[in-house]
Amino acid sequence: MTERILTARMEEHPADSNTLHRYEATGGYATLRKALAELSPEQILDEVKAANLRGRGGAGFPAGVKWGFLAPAEPRYLVINGDESEPGTFKDRQLLERDPHQLIEGIVLSSYALGVNHAFVYIRGEYARPARRVQRAVEEAYDAGYLGENVLDSGLSLDITVHLGAGAYICGEETALLNSLEGRRGEPRLKPPFPAVEGLYSKPTIVNNVETISNIPWIVANGGAAYDSIGPEGSRGTRMFSLSGHVVRPGNYEVVMGMTWREMIYEIGGGIRDQNGLKCWIPGGASAPWFTPAVLDEPVTLDDAGRLGSMLGSGAIIVMDETTNVVAAALSIVKFFSHESCGQCTPCREGTTWLQRILERIVAGHGREADVGLLLDVCDNISPGLRWPPAQTTICPLGPSVVSPITSIMSHFRGEVETMIRQAEPAGV
Amino acid sequence: MSWSTDARARAEALVAGYPEPRSAVMPLLYLAMREDQGLTPDGMRQVGEYTGLTSVQIESVASFYSMYKRGSVGDYVVSVCTSISCHLLGGDEVLEAVAEETGVASGKTGADGGFSIEGVECIGACGGAPAVQVNYELVEGVTPEAVRLLCRWLADDQPAVVSSDQMQTEFGGIRSFDWGPAEPGGATGPVPAFGPLGTEGQRS
Repeated sequence: MTERILTARMEEHPADSNTLHRYEATGGYATLRKALAELSPEQILDEVKAANLRGRGGAGFPAGVKWGFLAPAEPRYLVINGDESEPGTFKDRQLLERDPHQLIEGIVLSSYALGVNHAFVYIRGEYARPARRVQRAVEEAYDAGYLGENVLDSGLSLDITVHLGAGAYICGEETALLNSLEGRRGEPRLKPPFPAVEGLYSKPTIVNNVETISNIPWIVANGGAAYDSIGPEGSRGTRMFSLSGHVVRPGNYEVVMGMTWREMIYEIGGGIRDQNGLKCWIPGGASAPWFTPAVLDEPVTLDDAGRLGSMLGSGAIIVMDETTNVVAAALSIVKFFSHESCGQCTPCREGTTWLQRILERIVAGHGREADVGLLLDVCDNISPGLRWPPAQTTICPLGPSVVSPITSIMSHFRGEVETMIRQAEPAGV
Repeated sequence: MSWSTDARARAEALVAGYPEPRSAVMPLLYLAMREDQGLTPDGMRQVGEYTGLTSVQIESVASFYSMYKRGSVGDYVVSVCTSISCHLLGGDEVLEAVAEETGVASGKTGADGGFSIEGVECIGACGGAPAVQVNYELVEGVTPEAVRLLCRWLADDQPAVVSSDQMQTEFGGIRSFDWGPAEPGGATGPVPAFGPLGTEGQRS
């Protein structure tokens, strides 16, 4: 379980893992040099397909399959999604800040495989420090001949533009990101067409997460089969998990999936602060339905999380101890989605706002008896049937995401919600 | 009013970095904020000129994103995260302390133009919760007491450049992860410190 694909360099060389010097001294760009000389683009594509690398942004879609959808028209673009904004998630920040050349080598290899001559790294605006590190690494890579015209005399030309977002979670949704990159409001587009067919400037575009592409140098160096031999089926490779909340040791952990939630929270996370009891946790970012100790001994894999009615999403595990006011916690998440709704679709725009108002009055001690039913009714209008995976009445999945915290507190802690409402003082809110 | 020579040169370089000029709208809006310490109608008109868009089109884009702030902004934008992980560990109390210490309510800019205070959604510092940013430079693992000191330092010393590393050392606590080597640079104003925007300064 000690396999490290993404974080070995930064752990061994904390003082300068972000520099070109250290990257090259630890074998960096050797894979690119070899691949450009010896491998065809198709061979790289085959390795990535064989790796069964599933996207690390949230949806978990197989990267090789996504690449296979790329339409033949030209030019084509590669866009790296570094808009990491799902509450609880901070893994890409570490990869950007501590090992930007690993990402850049992944971008060059991927661009060669996909026939791309211009790649973009979209980094959220609040990540100024990581963006500076990436920008400096891009400049180093140009100077060293890994970017620009005729990369390493291979005939490949590739430019990278680092683009800063400006504080909109929704731009992590790939079509909203593309609109944003085109200088528009970050509103998601109707799909199809998918970006692989009509993406940036209506040209074929692949959008991949930072962590996904950071895996590419290792996969090309060691082969897709080697990657596919790590971890359980359906959850291959290592994965960065962001642990936060009431754990003793919050942080990012690169692990092989398949351990139990108990091991994840109590061994890796060091257990619960103040030796408190565990109340619940969110297994995959604010959009994911919550888990309770009943599933502590279930394995941490994409498919098992799905079977249990949730998801690993962006790899963000948010732990809540027994002292947590779960209604206030749900309100924090609902407020997030309400703020971040782009406003295009009525169920999301209106629904998130109403859920926030109802929860606010409950938390403020002015809840009404009908509020439990009302919350669920509003949720059912956003995502009919309240099932998992959620039905969608909106262009993008942000709408159904707001339903997760509500259904979670209603299925696991309904008594607490009702008690709060019963103890409310009547008020004309 | 037109932009400085430096801003005009940067604007042209930014536009050249994209296949289509319109894509430069976002970095140009930051540049406009840097020039006028906030977005002005004139700044948005200039962005339109570089990208071939009308002022209304530019304003429609600018109004979508929370980091483009219309009107004037304080010298120090203090952003306090109140999303779930920070909420669980006291982010709301941190926001109260910042508002009380500066005398500026959340969402407002002080009358003297020193501070803009805001409660914000997740800033990707959940392992170092609760966290704040000053001009988009991060400080992790803060407490209400520490942010009071931080705000007092900003008000008293009026640092020309604020940097994550310096603030983390003096006012921060637990971090999401090892940050690696220190960075000499930081933010020169209420716009993300990023080389191509000319908003990165060296701490003296």
